[in-house]
Amino acid sequence: MALQYKPTRMELSNLKKRRTVAIRGHKMMKDKRDELVRRFIVLARKNKALRLETEKKLGEAMQNFVLARAMMSGNEIDEALMYPARAIKVDMAKQNILSIPVPKLSMETQDGFVYPYGFATTGADLDGAVQALAEILPLMLELAEVEKATSRLADEIEKTRRRVNALEYVMIPQFDEAIHNIQMKLEENERGNTSRLMKTKEMLAKEA
Amino acid sequence: MANGKCAVIGDRDSILLFKAVGIEVYAVTDGEQANKTLHRLARTGYGVVYVTETYYPACEETILEFQGEPYPAIIPIPDVSGTQGIGMRAIKENVEKAVGLDILSNS
Repeated sequence: MALQYKPTRMELSNLKKRRTVAIRGHKMMKDKRDELVRRFIVLARKNKALRLETEKKLGEAMQNFVLARAMMSGNEIDEALMYPARAIKVDMAKQNILSIPVPKLSMETQDGFVYPYGFATTGADLDGAVQALAEILPLMLELAEVEKATSRLADEIEKTRRRVNALEYVMIPQFDEAIHNIQMKLEENERGNTSRLMKTKEMLAKEA
Repeated sequence: MANGKCAVIGDRDSILLFKAVGIEVYAVTDGEQANKTLHRLARTGYGVVYVTETYYPACEETILEFQGEPYPAIIPIPDVSGTQGIGMRAIKENVEKAVGLDILSNS
């Protein structure tokens, strides 16, 4: 849809101002997009590596656990694990990546790991699985942090790209067209005026 | 600097282990229940919620709802039967959304 405007000088100067703003905005959006993409790629690489590592280690821990469960009776496992261990504390902070809030997580380090169960009824496999999982926890937190940041950045990049395109292919061409039309119209008026003046002058000269 | 909480949602067998290291666990038996639990946790200030891959697709609704906020981070993890590649697929989708094509797949 073309812009609605009156062919006046006032309108022309307004449109020119808006066009300048649009061009500046477009340049900044473009820079923002480029920087976002750059950071995104770094994060996404990290995300992929982290996920591969976490999944591998977690899978191992789970397998150990399955073995441990096979060695013990269901009741014994329940008894050993249903008692809640000391809850881990996670520090939730926010950090900004180009003014996009993303989570920053850190775990309060525990001094020495304690098994939440006695050793009488449990096997060594269970110890191994629990120990392994405790070691994976920081990794899992980092994964959570990076993965959330990656997905937020992806959203933001998509939005920014839409804005860049809207400015580049819709707003700015519309302004250009409107400005051109007003200039043509004004020049036409000017010419009309001149010829009218000449005509009037001619008529006056004839009368005198 | 809020003190956040962590939770794991999944089937009972997979999450029992997390209890031993001090993460809150929520056992669910079907997707709808998982989604409801996740929604409740997300609204009550949990920082990170891990969902096992089996139930992750069912939680789509809640995941989309909280996508625009920094917290909670909802993260898929493999369960006892191993990984199904859902987590990797999520990364791939993100990359495709941001860059236009998956530039990480063969690196």
